[in-house]
Amino acid sequence: MSVRTSGPSRSTTKPRPIQGTGGRTAAIFLVPFFTVFLVAMIAPVVYAVGLSLFAEQRSGLGFGGAETVFVGLGNYVDVLQNDTFIAGFARLALYCVLYVPTLLGVALGFALLLDAVVAKARRAFQLLLFLPHAVPGVIAALIWAYLYTPGVSPIVSALASGGIQIDFLSVHLVLPSMVNIAVWEWAGYNVIILFTALQSVPREVLEAARVDGAGEIRTAFSIKTPLIAPALGVALLFTVIGSLQLFTEPKILSTATTAVTSTWVPNMWAYDAAFNRNNLPQAAAASIILALLAGLLSWVVTRFTSKGNSR
Amino acid sequence: MSTTSSIARPTSVSPSVPADGAGAPPTRRRRRSPGGGIGATFGVNGLLVLGSAYMVLPLLWLVFATTKDASALYGSDAFTWGGAFFANLERLLTEDDGIFLRWLGNSVLYAAVGAIVGGFVALMAGYAFDKFQFRGKGALYGAVLIGVLIPNTATVIPLYLLAASLGVTNTMWAVLIPAFCNPFSVYLARVFSAGYLPDETLEAARVDGAGPIRSFFSVGLPMLVPGFVTIALFQFVAVWNNFMLPLIMLQDRQLFPTSVGIFLWQSQVQQNPEYLPLVIAGSFLSVVPLVIAFVMLQRFWRSGLSAGSVK
Repeated sequence: MSVRTSGPSRSTTKPRPIQGTGGRTAAIFLVPFFTVFLVAMIAPVVYAVGLSLFAEQRSGLGFGGAETVFVGLGNYVDVLQNDTFIAGFARLALYCVLYVPTLLGVALGFALLLDAVVAKARRAFQLLLFLPHAVPGVIAALIWAYLYTPGVSPIVSALASGGIQIDFLSVHLVLPSMVNIAVWEWAGYNVIILFTALQSVPREVLEAARVDGAGEIRTAFSIKTPLIAPALGVALLFTVIGSLQLFTEPKILSTATTAVTSTWVPNMWAYDAAFNRNNLPQAAAASIILALLAGLLSWVVTRFTSKGNSR
Repeated sequence: MSTTSSIARPTSVSPSVPADGAGAPPTRRRRRSPGGGIGATFGVNGLLVLGSAYMVLPLLWLVFATTKDASALYGSDAFTWGGAFFANLERLLTEDDGIFLRWLGNSVLYAAVGAIVGGFVALMAGYAFDKFQFRGKGALYGAVLIGVLIPNTATVIPLYLLAASLGVTNTMWAVLIPAFCNPFSVYLARVFSAGYLPDETLEAARVDGAGPIRSFFSVGLPMLVPGFVTIALFQFVAVWNNFMLPLIMLQDRQLFPTSVGIFLWQSQVQQNPEYLPLVIAGSFLSVVPLVIAFVMLQRFWRSGLSAGSVK
């Protein structure tokens, strides 16, 4: 995630104590952002961490009112020992395992196709591939929910007339169905990133590969793909972070099928804890666990990809 | 040539400037190599057509579905016109005293204010990170990057908990203030500031006696307009698409954005199928402006980016 700001222009100029580039003026420009950052990110997380260390305990038969007691990491232990939370996590993990390679594979495939010498009408194809990204997640999930619903869906009825009975919304298929929705939403976006990277692959390298007798397909996978590894790394990072956010699609599909329960993924579990079970400390603990996991995963991905690049 | 590559570089770092790929100048294309026979041409373009069909057909289904009433949706062929288009729209716009227009207005308000204020706040911060030297810069920028890596949804429940303790849930501010905070926009702004705004230009302004604030508004800002537009557009789309935050924060239907409003209707379809045409027509009406905007703004980005690189 390093940014090319400390470029040569800065390092070649001699150190100059010019007024108006120091901390006091920088503060004027930074204060607005860090104010909202503090209010909308740091304070909520700190508050949630604080809240997650306490629990409401009811005395006696529950009529005596609740008192708040410090329980340390007790809520975290409870959340991590909760069967539905763990089941949700397992589903999320399975979703990531299916979604991340599928998405990157599809996106890389289309980017390479667009970059192929024989590809026509590149602009039109890019626009069409990107179009689903203009559709809000809620609407995308709704469209697909109906495309999965027997009776409404042309896909289901076409398959049925061909003798294939598939219930996309059944317990076993709803997760791959959800992967499909997310791929539909995000493939085009990643195609554009990877295609942009492919465009900057030096022509000489490809010429050399051609002279050496490498065909188009060989060039695509052995020359172009390794050369856009940094862009693939960025796409991987944002895809992993994005897949941990999973909430909208299952929430929408839960209105169309009973296969998606109210605690289907960790985000839904936390939502359910806060609004149906009224256990705010546990909701806070679940959110913190998810944020920590996201931080850990993105750290691993960044380490992994930057290591790959430096070699 | 040099101008286009200087503009392509910052965008290829970031995953969020897809328009650039579409705007890549045709001169950069490699010459036709002898590798592509007629079979390859058909294969590559055939796959691209299939991919585009996968992306576009669900949207086309939505268009056709909007023309049908509830019974026709369950009965007829998916890709035929029904006669209920105007009846559906009329019902959509009059249902519940025209609450859908209210939701649409709310969405526009949240997204536009979030994009403009949030974009500007991020632009100032990115500019400061790029152009100023000050103590603690690395640590502060590290905080921004950590903010980028934390999934949005992981902070939603903490935000709700904090807002609830302050008694500001169910207000517009509960949705707007988090929309102002987008660390990724700061990252983008820093990249744009480094790419569009040469240090020498600011140096010249300084020599002419302009203070740092004045330099920013009279020299920096005009040159950063294309970057600002890109950042604001991405933020607009992000806020427009946001679902979990408004779903959790808002209870008053008058404050809902379209995403939450349509979800409310969708959750009633199971009991009352008469809500189905409302859900479909509402989805259609909230997608159309975005798709049109996307197609038009893609052009704007392209010209904005190239105009920025010429100056």
